Amino acid sequence: MDFHSVGSDSKSLEDDKGSISNSGSSNNICNGHRNGSPDSFFDLTGQLKMPLFGMDIGGTLTKLVYYEPTNFDEFDLKERETLQTIHKYLIGNTAYGKTGIRDVHLEMGNQTICGRNGKIHFIRFPTAQMSAFIDLARGKNFSGLASGICATGGGAYMFEEIFKKTVNLTLHKYDELECLLKGIHYIDRHNPSECYYFSNPRDTGCSEKLPFDFHNPYPYLVVNIGSGVSILSVRSKTDYSRVSGTSLGGGTFLGLCCLLTNCETFEEAIELASKGDSTNIDKLVKDIYGGDYDKFGLKGETVACSFGQMMSQDKRKSAKREDLARATLVTLTNNIGSIARMCAKTEKIERVVFVGNFLRVNEISMKLLAYAMDYWSNGSLKALFLQHEGYFGAMGCLLEYLQLNSGLI
Amino acid sequence: MAHKSYARCIDLPTEQVFHNIRNAKRFAIDIGGSLAKVAYSSLVKKKSTMVFDEPDSSSIYNVSETDQEIVRLHFVKFETKYIETCLDFIKANLIQSRDSMLDKVIKVTGGGAYKYTELINRKLGVQVDKEDEMECLIKGCNFLLKNIADEAFCYLRHGNPEYKFQGVDSDIFPYLLVNIGSGVSLCKVESESKFERIGGTSTGGGTFWGLGSLLTSAKEFDDLLELAEKGDHKSVDMLVKDIYGGDYNAVGLGGDVIASSFGKAARCTKDTAQNSPTFKKEDVVRSLLLCISNDIGQIAYLQAKIHNVKKIYFGGFFIRGHPFTMHTITFAINFWSKGEIQALYLRHEGYLGAIGAFLKGMEEEDSERYSWGENLAGSSGLASPKHMTVSLMQELTNNFSMLEINRLERALQPCPLLLDVISYFPDTVDLTQDKDARDYWLKCFAEGANKTRLLAIKSQPHEVDATERADKFLQKYLERLKSLEINPCAYGSLTVRSLLDTSAHFLEESLFTDIFSQQKQIENEQALRLLPQRLKYLDELPLSERHFEMALGILAGNVFDWGAKEVCSILETQQMSLQDAQAKLQKRPWLFDDFDAWLARITQPHPYRCAVIFCDNSGMDIILGIFPFARHLLSVGTNVILCANSQPSLNDVVYGELLWVVKKAGDVCPILQEAIRDGRLKVMESGQGSPCLDLRLIDEHLVVAIKEQEADLIVIEGMGRAVHTNFDATFACDALKVAVIKNRWLANRFGGEMFSVMFKYEKGRKVSSSPSPARSSSPVHR
Repeated sequence: MDFHSVGSDSKSLEDDKGSISNSGSSNNICNGHRNGSPDSFFDLTGQLKMPLFGMDIGGTLTKLVYYEPTNFDEFDLKERETLQTIHKYLIGNTAYGKTGIRDVHLEMGNQTICGRNGKIHFIRFPTAQMSAFIDLARGKNFSGLASGICATGGGAYMFEEIFKKTVNLTLHKYDELECLLKGIHYIDRHNPSECYYFSNPRDTGCSEKLPFDFHNPYPYLVVNIGSGVSILSVRSKTDYSRVSGTSLGGGTFLGLCCLLTNCETFEEAIELASKGDSTNIDKLVKDIYGGDYDKFGLKGETVACSFGQMMSQDKRKSAKREDLARATLVTLTNNIGSIARMCAKTEKIERVVFVGNFLRVNEISMKLLAYAMDYWSNGSLKALFLQHEGYFGAMGCLLEYLQLNSGLI
Repeated sequence: MAHKSYARCIDLPTEQVFHNIRNAKRFAIDIGGSLAKVAYSSLVKKKSTMVFDEPDSSSIYNVSETDQEIVRLHFVKFETKYIETCLDFIKANLIQSRDSMLDKVIKVTGGGAYKYTELINRKLGVQVDKEDEMECLIKGCNFLLKNIADEAFCYLRHGNPEYKFQGVDSDIFPYLLVNIGSGVSLCKVESESKFERIGGTSTGGGTFWGLGSLLTSAKEFDDLLELAEKGDHKSVDMLVKDIYGGDYNAVGLGGDVIASSFGKAARCTKDTAQNSPTFKKEDVVRSLLLCISNDIGQIAYLQAKIHNVKKIYFGGFFIRGHPFTMHTITFAINFWSKGEIQALYLRHEGYLGAIGAFLKGMEEEDSERYSWGENLAGSSGLASPKHMTVSLMQELTNNFSMLEINRLERALQPCPLLLDVISYFPDTVDLTQDKDARDYWLKCFAEGANKTRLLAIKSQPHEVDATERADKFLQKYLERLKSLEINPCAYGSLTVRSLLDTSAHFLEESLFTDIFSQQKQIENEQALRLLPQRLKYLDELPLSERHFEMALGILAGNVFDWGAKEVCSILETQQMSLQDAQAKLQKRPWLFDDFDAWLARITQPHPYRCAVIFCDNSGMDIILGIFPFARHLLSVGTNVILCANSQPSLNDVVYGELLWVVKKAGDVCPILQEAIRDGRLKVMESGQGSPCLDLRLIDEHLVVAIKEQEADLIVIEGMGRAVHTNFDATFACDALKVAVIKNRWLANRFGGEMFSVMFKYEKGRKVSSSPSPARSSSPVHR
């Protein structure tokens, strides 16, 4: 397969609304012209190398987006062999060892990228397991296929040297914010029900997930909740900035839960939280004032002091793990919501998109955020969510890689 | 709290704590989860002097000491567990019968207001009025910011000084009050009556306490703080460099910035090989403290930004003056605002609610009509010396603390002649910053304290307990000086002025008043006898020489200062005449010598409209120095306002005395007599009781007179008024600052010798039409 011949074939990409390509004149993802790094992923014949993947190395999790071309026959034999080994490994197991996971439900099929049809796979593993990944790269001879891997996130800097040294792979670093936004736009365009919101946010009992048309997105706020939280204000494709952030994020939730409940994983922590009741741990407005605090418009059910009941030793003794996990989750979520709300106000933006792996299997937090945005803003703010929660950075990174190369064709 | 009482079983020393409670007129209680504060007002006895004329007496005037009552507000803070002890004491001492209290109302606020209503009602049999907590806090905050000098400060853990006090602010609105109790409330305060709760967060002091106790075995809030101070959060928190390997330059985050609080505490983030926790409980608590402080700081910053407010005051039990907590909050505000906004704290933040609740009960009497001042002798200082661990602090501080505020007899206002009230700062040297000066002056005041004691005893020859009271004065004053040595910032900026005020407050507390009264009277009489001769001498001089002689007269007169120990030793052993004093003066050119410029101005044909003269010592100084000078001004058509202290201090002439001295001088000088008669020579109270002069707070009647007469010359005389204070003061009108430096150490510091002369003549600066420059971040002078 010659990329020269597919470069102009943009048929399947025509539905792209032009938010990804930098060229503006063409919607073809491979036609974007970038004056980026001259370093290429091409061998001397100018052929794009497989495997195609983008990696987002965060503080806790590493996210991998892998593009699987449908037709392997077009590769030459030797390449095919290596690719298939890697491919088999990457998509063969849904669990990589104990901790790596492929999110099968997020898989996006029938994606045409650079004229080739294929599937996008979403894989994650703890950043602490990076050494295992490096072993894989070495064992499966990644460097035989490509001179480098494209990566974003803090780990792209952190692990740069180790990749170079141990597997002779260059980590091509891409801007985190740009990757995140590109990923969001690509996936939103190519996955019909990507963006959604909760109807009736104030009545958590009967609120339901409904799709949201995000085709005219600007301006919006992105609250990316990973280990920590970054908040970006996005006004157009090129006009965006990180406006704030907080260190109280998903890592804080998991760290505190591990210390408080002895749990081991995020899933376990969420599972515990789903069975708990935070009102046994927190002090509510009504616990202090006997009811609503009307003067300041505070409802009796509002949390006045997170973990407030734990000031009493007796209450500490009888505190249940589930309740502690729930209180931790509620505290962190509300805090993020409150900071997001203030940022929305200073930025004068009404749509707030929450992403990041903290929201994975975590409908409790999503509903809380939807509630908080709506309640405290008197309905003027809208909380939006995306199905591919934590994978946008990695997706954007893959797109950056493709664009970089297509620019050199 | 209950389980801790066995460890510290000291009960509340009620007699000492509820000082003057028998005279209490009105109560308010602020009951918090851990601390309760009782507020009450009382009438306090103090001594004052009355100066009067007795016909056919040989003396210039007569002085007698009288008893006076002043209104004082008392605020006492103690652990809530003592609330019953407190109520029992109030009942036993104040409430004779239930019936007499039935119509009385007690204002109660704070989180415990609901819980304790029953108890208060049962114990005291009074009606309990619950007041909104936030409203009380804000009312209290407004009151303190407006009335108490150096109430607000910035905290800089590694700064010199550690505390940067903000003086007195006449323009306090708008501000943000962040009250960090169990939860956090943020209020925007726009005026005395307008405020709004603009937000809050549930992660506050209670979260620190609750979570901290779950994560460690520590039970008490203070134990947790102590742990936090020892810990290292880097083993618990995930830092930017743990993710990036260094700084995250693209968004400007340094490597040491916390990226994820508790991020390293998650099991699955660790390599299985090294799964054992590598952090201690101290580390966990520190991480928790930083996480909560940063969060509150961020929320406060964002709200300040949304609401366009520049001043943020932090209070509540989470802060409680703890240096480490103030440090973490300050750090957070700096981080988020990039140094744009400074976190501010209050010396008496613990009393805000009680003060507010009390003032609410007082509204009909209108607290705003009066000026109020902190009684330094009866108030506790900030208990947070540098480098001192929390546990040591607990030992030092008793299980209670107090704040006393006196109602001043006259309302005080800023001097209208100041070029810019906002940037004016009276004191020349900040002793919290300047260690050499601090060491010198603390030693100097300690050495002089016994002399004050002896004079105090001598001033009340007929009082049997004078010695006992004077001994108590000495003991308490020396104790205070000692504590200021350990923590110079305990009572706001430490200055020569504040040390003098402290001494005066302790004297007053021991029921002494004008201990130099007799000495002053003798000197006034002596000098008055010499006045005709002095006037004659000056009148006979040619005009060109006369101005210089008059200036010399003021300077020579200023040598007669019982506040300067080196002069005291001369005065105690020998007679000194004005000529003797004049001979001691530095010869021209003086250390600060603007005499020629002054002469050029004073000999011009157009005289000043009105001169305001802040006088210094009695005797030679006022009578032979100032009077001839004033007389000359009057004779060329300038009106003169002579300002004397309202309260006695050292041998400074007091208003009551000056009235008579001027009158007697009029008897021997027709010019003076005529001017008094025509109202061209006025004697007025300055509103002060210190050898120093704080022009932010002078008597409102004087302010009115200065404005009415359109005063265009201010004369400030003496070391206290013109050197220790106002040295750098700039005025909208011409100013003459005259003093003899009678302290060898200070003279040397200025690069001069003993009896160096300061004769500064400063041209008035035009009041700029543009708004006054914003107060610099550190109003504390060099």
